[in-house]
Amino acid sequence: MTAPVSIINATKTFVGFTALDNVCLDIAAGEFIVLLGPSGCGKTTLLSILGGFLSPTSGRVMIGGKDMTHVAPAKRPTTTMFQDYALFPHMRLKDNVGFGLRMRGVARAARDERAKALLDLVGLKESAEKKPHELSGGQRQRVALARALAVDPDVLLLDEPLGALDLQLRRQMQDELKAIQKRVGTTFVHVTHDQEEAMAIADRIAVMNRGRVEDFGPPAEIYMRPRSLFSAGFLGETNFLPGVVEALDAATAKVVTAIGDLVLPRRNFTAAEPDPGQQVTLCIRPEHFRRAGEAVRPLTPLGQARIADAAFFGTHYRCHLKPAAAGDPAGDLTIMAHMPPSAMVADGQDIVLAVNAEDVVALPTPAGRA
Amino acid sequence: MTRKLLAALASWLYAALLFGFIFLPVVVLVLFSFQDGRLPVPPFNGFSLRWYEAVFADGKLMAALLHSFLVATVSSLVACLFGFLAAYALARYRLPGSALQRGLLIAPMTVSYLIIALGLLTVLNALGVGLSLWTVGIGHVVINLPLCFALIYSSMGAHHVNIERAARDLGAGEVKVMLLVTAPMLLPSLLAAFFLSVTFSWDEFIIAFLLSRFDVTLPVEIWSLLRSGLNPKTNAIGSLVFLVSVSVLMVLELWLFRRTRKS
Ligand SMILES: Nc1ncnc2c1ncn2[C@@H]1O[C@H](COP(=O)(O)OP(=O)(O)OP(=O)(O)O)[C@@H](O)[C@H]1O
Ligand SMILES: [Mg+2]
Repeated sequence: MTAPVSIINATKTFVGFTALDNVCLDIAAGEFIVLLGPSGCGKTTLLSILGGFLSPTSGRVMIGGKDMTHVAPAKRPTTTMFQDYALFPHMRLKDNVGFGLRMRGVARAARDERAKALLDLVGLKESAEKKPHELSGGQRQRVALARALAVDPDVLLLDEPLGALDLQLRRQMQDELKAIQKRVGTTFVHVTHDQEEAMAIADRIAVMNRGRVEDFGPPAEIYMRPRSLFSAGFLGETNFLPGVVEALDAATAKVVTAIGDLVLPRRNFTAAEPDPGQQVTLCIRPEHFRRAGEAVRPLTPLGQARIADAAFFGTHYRCHLKPAAAGDPAGDLTIMAHMPPSAMVADGQDIVLAVNAEDVVALPTPAGRA
Repeated sequence: MTRKLLAALASWLYAALLFGFIFLPVVVLVLFSFQDGRLPVPPFNGFSLRWYEAVFADGKLMAALLHSFLVATVSSLVACLFGFLAAYALARYRLPGSALQRGLLIAPMTVSYLIIALGLLTVLNALGVGLSLWTVGIGHVVINLPLCFALIYSSMGAHHVNIERAARDLGAGEVKVMLLVTAPMLLPSLLAAFFLSVTFSWDEFIIAFLLSRFDVTLPVEIWSLLRSGLNPKTNAIGSLVFLVSVSVLMVLELWLFRRTRKS
């Protein structure tokens, strides 16, 4: 089963501290949503509000069209997969997985059968008679998933389920998680602070910072067209280049920066419409820099820059560059750019940088950061 | 070389004296329970089981044994139950003055059994409750509850909170969470609390003496036997009491504490 979820103006304050600040999210049934953000940004708090372990100070939670704001966890069509798995240490795996059904009054034979089917789903059919302490971390994680899915929840809440696993197992489990979600069709809300994990599994990512959702959209959109400086910086690497909007027309805006002028399409102002004279910050991904005359798409030259250092990464060179622009107000401006592995790159080399204006996103510069 | 030898000798002597001091009375007690004669004093006349026969033939002693057993198990069960409930509440909920409440629960540990017995006696008199094995049981709950509470409370770690949450999340009500999740997880400390309570109740004299009337527990019965003078029979029953206590402690040590150490 599956259900849509709406979080409407949810705010949660602990004594003197706002952990969630007016959060709104609309999640469609069967979506795989990832809450992504740094430690302490309120991910667990938001998940606890969805699961019913916390009540929001204000705001509402709707699940499947019903107001669930003050409904106890047991009465919600949600189950939670806890970060530490929280398996029942004294029960065999099949009893762990069957616990939710036992609470719903399902007879022993029926729930054993369902438990076996779910353990099979997560690849642990042979271990049904074992106890949790006989399992590895990855196996426990699977049992926790099976247990949460056994009651056929509409929404599954996962709090950093892969956090305790080593990198390789993590990549493997995230693929399995995605595959299982596709098979069962349940709405998943998954918390992580690993951006790679988020990109790999999410249908949509909600980027959180200081109790707020800063950006919400498919991974590609968040990466290519971030709607906040935080989300541009948190997901992947990016260069922030201060500039001023100088001229506007119906489709484009001209932005003046220390290293050159750029004419951007107006839709690349993802957070707010441009105003003349407005301070903006341009976000340019390292891989979007080109050397002048290199690409088929039209490029805007950004003047000369000297390679300060370069490191080879297989798929690209990662270079730090010092722009040589005259009258550079930010004398310490450093640009990070990726150069193709076929390029001849040497420290101290001067190159002419360029970028396709389509790839550049402009965001308003917050006051005090000009 | 000689100094090393001397040091070794001294430490052995010290150990022998120490253990002798602790265990000699018990050894003597057990030894003279097998005395073939009327007096449990040296010299040892020969080995005989007649005093054990006498113990098992003594209806009053056997009744007292049964009473002790009943009082110990029932009062320990009650103490464990109350201790568990109090620990659960104080560990899992924010209660007004919880530090004070914890202190109050443990405080009776510091009060002497005599004072507790006198206090209870006064209260029971005032309430017009007659003395019986029940009142002894109440006294034993009073002395064992702090112990049970402290043991169980200290094992209710925060790492169990999420497990209980998971149970609630899967649809378990409060009672089911306690019965099916919390209590089984705490089983080792619940059993430890229970068995320790049993041994304390089993050996306890002052409260049992002051709060009982016609039906008495074993220590009280032994005491009245002693009043008629030393007799190898008292040694025999004493040895039996000792055997029971040791067995319970052995069970605890070998089975329970090993298990908790492993997990
Ligand atoms: N019970 C509480 N009382 C006071 N402050 C709290 C409480 N629970 C959480 N907070 C605060 O709320 C903020 C958000 O906490 P939350 O656990 O949601 O963070 P998170 O995003 O899950 O972080 P992490 O990635 O480290 O798990 C934190 O700064 C935390 O200190
Ligand atoms: Mg968290």
